[in-house]
Amino acid sequence: MSQYILRRLLIAIPSLLGISLILFVVLALAPGDPFSELATNPNVPPEVREALRAKFGLDDPIYLRYVHWLVAMVHGDWGFSFVSRMNVDTLILQRLSTTLYVIGSSQVLALAIAIPVGVYAATRPYSLFDQIANTLAFIGFSLPTFFTGILFILIFSVKLDWLPFVYSTDTRATGIYWIGEMIRQAIMPVMVLGLFQAASLTRFVRSAMLDVVRLDYITTARAKGLGQRRVIIKHAMRNAMIPVVTLLALQIPAVFGGAIVTEQIFRIPGIGSLLISSILANDTPVVMAVTFVFACLVVLFNLIADVLYGWLDPRISLR
Amino acid sequence: MKLGTELQTMIDGVKDGRMDRRGFIQRMIALGLTAPMATQLLAIGGVAMAQSPSTYKPTKRGGGGALKLLWWQGPTLLNPHFATGTKDQDGSRLFYEPLASWDANGNLSPVLAAEIPSIQNGGLAADAKSVTWKLKPGVKWHDGKPFTADDVVFNWEYARDPATATVTLATHRDITVEKIDDLTVKISFKNPTPFWADAFVGAPNGIIPKHLFQDYKGDKSRDAPTNLKPVGTSAYKFVEFKPGDMIRGEINLDYHMPNRPHFDTIEMKGGGDALSAARAVIQTGEYDFAWNIQVEDEILLRLEKGGKGKAVYAVGGDTEFIALNFTDPNVEVDGERSSMKTKHPLFSDPAVRKALALLIDRDSIKNVIYGRAGRTTANFLNGPEKFVSKNTSWEFSIEKAVKLLDDAGWKPGPDGVRAKDGKRLKLLFQTAINGPRQKTQAIVKQACQKAGIEMELKSVVASIFFSSDVGNPDTYPHFYADLEMFQIPMSQPDPAQLMRRFHSSNVATKANKWQGNNFPRWVNKDYDAAIDAAEGEIDPLKRAAFYIKANDLMWQDTVFIPAMHRLKVEAASNTLRPVLSGWANETDNLHEWYREA
Repeated sequence: MSQYILRRLLIAIPSLLGISLILFVVLALAPGDPFSELATNPNVPPEVREALRAKFGLDDPIYLRYVHWLVAMVHGDWGFSFVSRMNVDTLILQRLSTTLYVIGSSQVLALAIAIPVGVYAATRPYSLFDQIANTLAFIGFSLPTFFTGILFILIFSVKLDWLPFVYSTDTRATGIYWIGEMIRQAIMPVMVLGLFQAASLTRFVRSAMLDVVRLDYITTARAKGLGQRRVIIKHAMRNAMIPVVTLLALQIPAVFGGAIVTEQIFRIPGIGSLLISSILANDTPVVMAVTFVFACLVVLFNLIADVLYGWLDPRISLR
Repeated sequence: MKLGTELQTMIDGVKDGRMDRRGFIQRMIALGLTAPMATQLLAIGGVAMAQSPSTYKPTKRGGGGALKLLWWQGPTLLNPHFATGTKDQDGSRLFYEPLASWDANGNLSPVLAAEIPSIQNGGLAADAKSVTWKLKPGVKWHDGKPFTADDVVFNWEYARDPATATVTLATHRDITVEKIDDLTVKISFKNPTPFWADAFVGAPNGIIPKHLFQDYKGDKSRDAPTNLKPVGTSAYKFVEFKPGDMIRGEINLDYHMPNRPHFDTIEMKGGGDALSAARAVIQTGEYDFAWNIQVEDEILLRLEKGGKGKAVYAVGGDTEFIALNFTDPNVEVDGERSSMKTKHPLFSDPAVRKALALLIDRDSIKNVIYGRAGRTTANFLNGPEKFVSKNTSWEFSIEKAVKLLDDAGWKPGPDGVRAKDGKRLKLLFQTAINGPRQKTQAIVKQACQKAGIEMELKSVVASIFFSSDVGNPDTYPHFYADLEMFQIPMSQPDPAQLMRRFHSSNVATKANKWQGNNFPRWVNKDYDAAIDAAEGEIDPLKRAAFYIKANDLMWQDTVFIPAMHRLKVEAASNTLRPVLSGWANETDNLHEWYREA
């Protein structure tokens, strides 16, 4: 087992190097300039802009910039933002808690809806409940989040005036009011993301469950005279959840990566909005760090998913 | 110059009290010269600059609650010397202050200065080669240390050091700043400088504290902890900063202006887009003020029916223009297109340029797109009013354009597109991606089609269009198109920097890596002479006349077809009384803001 993990980790190194090289080259070749806004400012002559480019090493050849970046990254230095003139890791850490809170809650919401609904629908396939759940699930994942997000704003903020649509990390309230305020402003983005996730997850849980309830050992359990509740929860669900758990492990990197569109709509200061504003501002060190860290998480959680799978299902052996 | 002597008589009249200030300004308006420059003119002529009366009503400090500002592009750093965009200047200005700032009427009003320099108070030298600023006594930094002339001198040293990599380098490079005493600094210029109010004036030139930055000059500038935790002199003390997302501040009870500020806390939230920012202020009232609301007027009018806020405007000198390429963008010479060795095959005929100017339907562009946020104009230079030419005019007439082209020998071909000597009137018109710009392009294209000019539209992502990327052919300085449209913001009430760009020595070429500012590649000896003369001219009226002449030359040659004189658009809650100026950043007069009960 430990040998397997070690081998996988060693394989991860060249693949991460490859990923970083491709990311870096693509970003370096992409058009744009972090100091472009200065170009239209008549107070700033072009030579000042040139000096800034030289100062931040933007005029060096790509391979040299890549080596610099790689060496710094190995030393734990994630880079220095051109636009904010601060270290990229501080910039990312500042936004991590909000991302984890909002995206994490939406994943929890998605699970809280998908598992009971999916399981219940699978135990009564093609019943009225199953049909309704299916229809809603299809509607759910056909509607993109940028649409539902704006729809929610129009209904709950503009028309009904119940919820704020500008997310603010610092609410002046304290104690219980602070908690209340944090929940209140997170309701809409969490709902938008959670319901979207729940829709596809419900379908997944349902089909995983359907596969299991048809197996012989479930029939055996029923024949032994066990109650329906017990058969479903203790016998069927345990096995049906194995693929769900691995799917969730693969979802975790997305929790860190944030949700670009939803964060933009609700002005949530998460990793996703940092990524998009950095891309727009051509702040390559930030874009590079966010995407690379994301790539690392994907590789890591792939490994965790595999290990988890083997642990949950002893029939699979890892070599 | 006759006008010059007349002006001097009038200025003397004001000095002696024979003529009052207001009368003088009104005479200036009659002459087509008013607002910011008229007052500077009086200052140079020896009369102290009047300050616009303050509209500030609250009679005590604080008590105004929270002020919530929404900047849809949040500030990413808080050191004015590193500000890559106006958003960063706006954010820095919450904590740092300049010596003086431009008020709504384009007058200087003192902030950290005790008074505005004038010839009478000895602040301005008669030869326009130096300015002496008196600093306000008793001003303290937020950490309690006194603000002195050393801080001002330090800012100059800090900014002019190339290793510090400031964006304010150019402002400080060619001046010398010396300390006279603890509360007096003298700025000396190499050449007579009629527009002296640049260094230490306005939000881009907020003053940072020497005692916290002196160890972080030059190469170490990026390590200064105060870069992210500003300690300034302003009405609000720093509390928290998250780049691109949020700035928070609290009232400075030691602030150096009486009864100010009105608000107890301040919050500047970033992110999102202009439309939803307008919504949050005008429709739902979640925020008090939103910056730079570039949204169609029709939508703003609809939002305003909600009744919680409204759009507010400030007039500056920003002109949205269509530039004509004087070189051939389709022929490559020595590895560059639009080379100075070529002539534009179609625009070398002045009739084609004049016809194009007749085909820009400025009224429709105003009515359909800009609404209250635009004014139609024939001029490239639209402010301050002293510099605005009254000699120009514009017209939209497809018939006249058709006649002009017919007379010049451009005859319609079988496909309806005009041609002459085998050259078809087919133009490529490029601009940055931005809703109003694409709509303007469509309006222009439609009119051109009716006149037999084929037009291909191209829109480039703003971050590329405005980049200085040497390798990218789609940037505005490369100008590999026949026409292009954008605006160059005018950040000061003075045309010197803007008009200098189009001097023939500044042509953008491959040799200067397209860093030259003259992107239309227009060369006119008279223009060069007018600009050179204006820059050495001390007499304000003559100087203005040179810039008016420069503008008129551009108009005669149809270098630019101004599509719109754009106003700044902001959204404010109905009870907020913001003080805004078309010549200053939005936050420049924040200490004057209050909320009506």
